[in-house]
Amino acid sequence: MMLPDPAATGLARVRKIEGDALGLRTPAFAPTEGAGDLLEVSLGPHHPSTHGVFRMDVVLDGERIVRLKPVFGYLHRNHEKLGEATSYLGSMPYTDRLDYLNSMTNNWAYALAVEKLAGIPVTERAEYVRVVLAELSRLLNHTCLAGFLMQDCGCSGTPLMYAFREREKILDLFESLSGSRMMCNVQRFGGCRVDPSAEWLAATRRLVDGYGAFLDEFEALLSGNEIVMARTQGVGRLPAALAVNAGITGPMLRASGVGHDLRKVDGYGVYPRFNFRVPIGRDGDVYDRYMVRMLEMRESIAILDQALRDLPGGPILDPKAKQRGLRPKAGEAYGRIEGPKGEIGFFLVSDGTGNPTRYRVRAPSFVNLTVLEDLCLGHTVADAVIILGSIDIVLGEVDR
Amino acid sequence: METPEALRDRLLARFPGASIELVPNGSPSAQVSFRIGPAALREVACFLRDDAELALDQCSNVTGLDVPDREVVETVKESQPGAPGGPPVVTERKQTRLQPGHLEVVYHLYSVARRQGPVILRARTGNRTDAVTLPSLTPVWRSCEFQEREVFDLFGVVFEGHPDLRRILMWDAFVGHPMRKDYVEPDDYEWEPTPHGDVLAKARRHYPSAAAPGAVQPSP
Repeated sequence: MMLPDPAATGLARVRKIEGDALGLRTPAFAPTEGAGDLLEVSLGPHHPSTHGVFRMDVVLDGERIVRLKPVFGYLHRNHEKLGEATSYLGSMPYTDRLDYLNSMTNNWAYALAVEKLAGIPVTERAEYVRVVLAELSRLLNHTCLAGFLMQDCGCSGTPLMYAFREREKILDLFESLSGSRMMCNVQRFGGCRVDPSAEWLAATRRLVDGYGAFLDEFEALLSGNEIVMARTQGVGRLPAALAVNAGITGPMLRASGVGHDLRKVDGYGVYPRFNFRVPIGRDGDVYDRYMVRMLEMRESIAILDQALRDLPGGPILDPKAKQRGLRPKAGEAYGRIEGPKGEIGFFLVSDGTGNPTRYRVRAPSFVNLTVLEDLCLGHTVADAVIILGSIDIVLGEVDR
Repeated sequence: METPEALRDRLLARFPGASIELVPNGSPSAQVSFRIGPAALREVACFLRDDAELALDQCSNVTGLDVPDREVVETVKESQPGAPGGPPVVTERKQTRLQPGHLEVVYHLYSVARRQGPVILRARTGNRTDAVTLPSLTPVWRSCEFQEREVFDLFGVVFEGHPDLRRILMWDAFVGHPMRKDYVEPDDYEWEPTPHGDVLAKARRHYPSAAAPGAVQPSP
């Protein structure tokens, strides 16, 4: 693991893809000569390691995986159809339910897409508040992910409880700001629904100031832990070329050594004003995916520090920005942001009426699952469990 | 990155026979897209991916659009010879014409290596019933694998050359494509212990082969 220096972002390590991309598919793991029968096992849908209602159809040769097909859709409620039957504002609370750990970033991505579609400017204060909320959400997501991943590794209890203790502190902040712990429904087109008070900002400042110490403690427990390293290093390697070609985004892409972060690349919101680094991995294995998230949290703390320091006054929402009864001109827009799990995007098509004629959610966990089979071939079932854990999926978003 | 017009001209110069058309966007986002004829879609996609200047190495988003058949009212002018020596008599007549619908697949391409995009590709099927085949771009970008399966599942576009084209969100025995505009959702007959009346009729319509609707619901 290493942090790139800001001048060299690691992009040079992206190799050009040559020939047919199907050639990138990991060759099927050859069963051992003279092996016995292959065994087909259905992992899930109700299993703690699958992080929700998710099934892996696994074919085993002894303990080795020779085929793995993810099966999902158990939580499918045709979210996109609901979006087409609802007004633009009416979809905002529904987006909370996609990746239900990160309603803040879901809201932001949707608000950004609508703002692009209708050309709505965002107030300065709201831009900063969005950054604060999104980075808190990133802290929450990565902390929980580390806890879940350790649970998957068989490290029962302690790291997850530590993670959940910190998560609860962030959720308390969300609750006092929005009225809800997880379904926050905070963003509006052109700003935010709520304005953080001075007390709330002071409480957030206290949390941010103390978070580094928690990370030190957490990392002392896990990052150099021999068992964790033996269990995760070299498992589920994802080559950079395949990661880019398969649309992998977020910490999973960066763990493979590609310094691609939409906060830098697109520079949406006010991110260009903040000084932060993009951590990248070297081997693209489960350990790198864990470690990239740990390092990203340090950068989130740096961003929070600057955003809280520079937070301007002024209105949080332009009262003239239309919310109810918004009717954008006929056209389409694709808006995307760097969510904690990767690129979350919304593709909206307007025909000039109050409902979008097409409302599409580009869910990062859904696309990141594309390479699950490639990562698991040749590994054991126990490894498949931690590989799935390191992808960081949320079924509310995969199934939509 | 070059302007969309320049890119279109470059594509037309490279693929002279292909149908490549710029689709304007009336929204302030100004994200214009290219409608590519299905015959050349995969070659154009490979070109966009491998071109050194564009290097569109990531297909971020794949989605479908359903444009149903619609009736267009047109005014037709007919002129008939009037009285001898006089001007012809022009009569206006309104007639309705059925504009056939189609399914459309939209690809949002970005370059990770050169940090640019999006370039948006669209491809149309012939109609919504029997000419719904389009070439799959999964051989070009692996990220299309699950997303094209989703478009197949929810819209009913058949992707030729897809390595594993199966339903992905709905279960295998499901009939219909729920994201189509004219999809009629089945009633909650699945939960009726003894469906009868309207519920049974609706269930039979949805699963015509089934005598009892419960019988065609294999647990996935």
